[in-house]
Amino acid sequence: MEDMSRYPLQLEGADVPMVSFKNVTKAYGSLTVLENLDLDIREGEMVSVIGPSGSGKTTVLRMLMLERIQQGVIYVNGKPITHMEKNGGLVPADDKYLRKAREPIGMCFQHFNLFPHMTALQNCMEGPVQVLGMSKRAARERSEDLLELVGMIDKKDQHPSRLSGGQQQRVAIARALAMRPKVMLFDEVTSALDPEVIGEVTNVIKKLVAEHNLTMLMVTHQMGFAKDISDRVCFFFGGKIEEQGPPEQLFDHPQKERTQQFLSAVKSAD
Amino acid sequence: MMFDWRWDFTWEILPRLISATANTLLAAGAGYGIAIVLGLVLALSQRTPYRLLTLVVREFVEFIRSTPLVLQIFFVFFVGPQIGIRLSPWTSGMIAIGLHYSAYLSEVYRGGLNSVPVGQWEACSALSLSTRKTYWRIIIPQALPACFAGMGNYLVGILKDTPMLSVIGVAELMHTANAIGSESYRFLEPYTLVGIIFLLVSLPTAGLVRISEMWVRRKLGVY
Amino acid sequence: MSYWEFLVEQGPRFVDGALITAVQFALAAVLAIAIALLAGLMKLSSNPLIKGSAVIYIELFRGTSLLVQLYWIFFVLPLFGLTLEKFTAGFVAVGMNLGAYGAELVRGGIQSVPRGQWEAAYSLSMSPAKRMWRIILPQALLNMLPPWGNLLIELLKGTALVSLISVADLMFEAKQINGSTYLSAQTFGTALIIYYLFARVLVTPFMRWLEQVMLRKLGRTE
Repeated sequence: MEDMSRYPLQLEGADVPMVSFKNVTKAYGSLTVLENLDLDIREGEMVSVIGPSGSGKTTVLRMLMLERIQQGVIYVNGKPITHMEKNGGLVPADDKYLRKAREPIGMCFQHFNLFPHMTALQNCMEGPVQVLGMSKRAARERSEDLLELVGMIDKKDQHPSRLSGGQQQRVAIARALAMRPKVMLFDEVTSALDPEVIGEVTNVIKKLVAEHNLTMLMVTHQMGFAKDISDRVCFFFGGKIEEQGPPEQLFDHPQKERTQQFLSAVKSAD
Repeated sequence: MMFDWRWDFTWEILPRLISATANTLLAAGAGYGIAIVLGLVLALSQRTPYRLLTLVVREFVEFIRSTPLVLQIFFVFFVGPQIGIRLSPWTSGMIAIGLHYSAYLSEVYRGGLNSVPVGQWEACSALSLSTRKTYWRIIIPQALPACFAGMGNYLVGILKDTPMLSVIGVAELMHTANAIGSESYRFLEPYTLVGIIFLLVSLPTAGLVRISEMWVRRKLGVY
Repeated sequence: MSYWEFLVEQGPRFVDGALITAVQFALAAVLAIAIALLAGLMKLSSNPLIKGSAVIYIELFRGTSLLVQLYWIFFVLPLFGLTLEKFTAGFVAVGMNLGAYGAELVRGGIQSVPRGQWEAAYSLSMSPAKRMWRIILPQALLNMLPPWGNLLIELLKGTALVSLISVADLMFEAKQINGSTYLSAQTFGTALIIYYLFARVLVTPFMRWLEQVMLRKLGRTE
């Protein structure tokens, strides 16, 4: 058992990061995919995560939203989400606490995961009505505003099966935003899309970066896009952050050899 | 012709057979009702974190599915009195046939639930939906169309298995046909009519099941 | 009387019954497979007469109960001049009934073979029969093996009904033992366990093994 007393019950101070990974380790059985990760993300910061497959980059997002960790603590907005307080110490969170703690986080998936039996609008209203307890009317208004924002208001009454991949992903972004998250996670949201519709999704994300004070964490294969909009880029390799920094620095003047190899391999593939 | 079909006899026994058909439908309906609920219990109890429970329920379902219904009917009917519970033929019949088909339906539910992509569960976590709401609003509506074909097949299946209830004296179609046969020593008309009645009931039921399956799919927007 | 004593006393009758059940199962299975292949292929025929007769057969046997069919074959068929001895009537009814279900599996299995396979066989100028036997059926067979496993279990369970026309199978012996000892839980419980072991220890593992063999033949092992 890990000694939990080294982790504070809450993060306090003037400059508390929005998301904070403290010494986090994640393993699937005997396979360790992330080891002793320390990563802080400021409020309003856009952080891109890049790296070869198997480097643990998607796991960074999944730990925040979907999975349990073996070691360390993750804080969101100063409060632990993976653990809860009990008798003055931290214990692993139960399901109920976990669900509540994750409410301020929204997530978009590679394969959209829209609910196929609901229209675009119903998809967006589901969280606000069922989880936040909003009235249907208020949820509808909010959802329509968001569908407008992502340019999908015309298709609000369509089921996902009638939408293209790019359209589905835009609805999925609106669905996540409808929960008014403080943190947005984008997990390879353009990887399953046809090349000609990638732009409509990246444009929506750009708009979010420009107009909203959202904290965002994005896993992507699109280096150009990451360079354009990120405040910071983290290069993952072998379950660790190999190198991180502002996009210009990391893409144009990478310091580590593995980063250089990875970037030149990606470039020659383009 | 080497046989003689007697129409007067046919008309004479038809009312009896038709009223027995009502019993057959009642038995199938009641048994199916039990199976639908009990099957859900069996399916969901295999989705708890308790591995031992899952193992035991799985084995139980396998056991029920791979032993003959007619034997199970005898078991329930005769073992009840042995341990001091007297069950009427109807009650034991409903218990046996309901239990038998609950094992099948639990497999249908299980398959349906498994057919919902993992991404749907993840999207529900991402929206912080509670477990109950996740099942009720997202997973079950999607699992249902996948279950529907199987559920419909077993509705027809249970209907066709009701003749086995005749072995403990439930007065359904087969039992009545047997009775007519032993009274009149004529088997041609009663057994043939029973066959025709089954065709007349089960074929339209199967058709209806198929139509409502399509209707449900369209209604839920799952194509 | 302990359960052990009961078993020692009644054991031979359970064994006799189980053997008859095994023979009924084997004969009915052979018949069902033959009928399934024939009716399944006939249903895919473009000749409306061939196809129509397959459809009528399949719907007739799937639309009514096995028990009704068994009684009809045993009690009514003699009126048409065709008298089957009870043992024969038993496995014929079970085989014909499950064969109708099997025919649908054969049809589905054949249709599940990708179009490209038909086209490739055609492009090699194979005769229709060759195409079916050498290219399509082997692949179809693999696809339909798992549902055939379930069907054979249904067939095994179906054989219990032959006891109702007095074939001395396991079910029949159990009824007799129950009638003479009144130890219902022990009697029917033992019979249930024997059926279960038959399914779980013989039929299912055999089908798994067959599937492995087929997989290897088609070079699909990993």
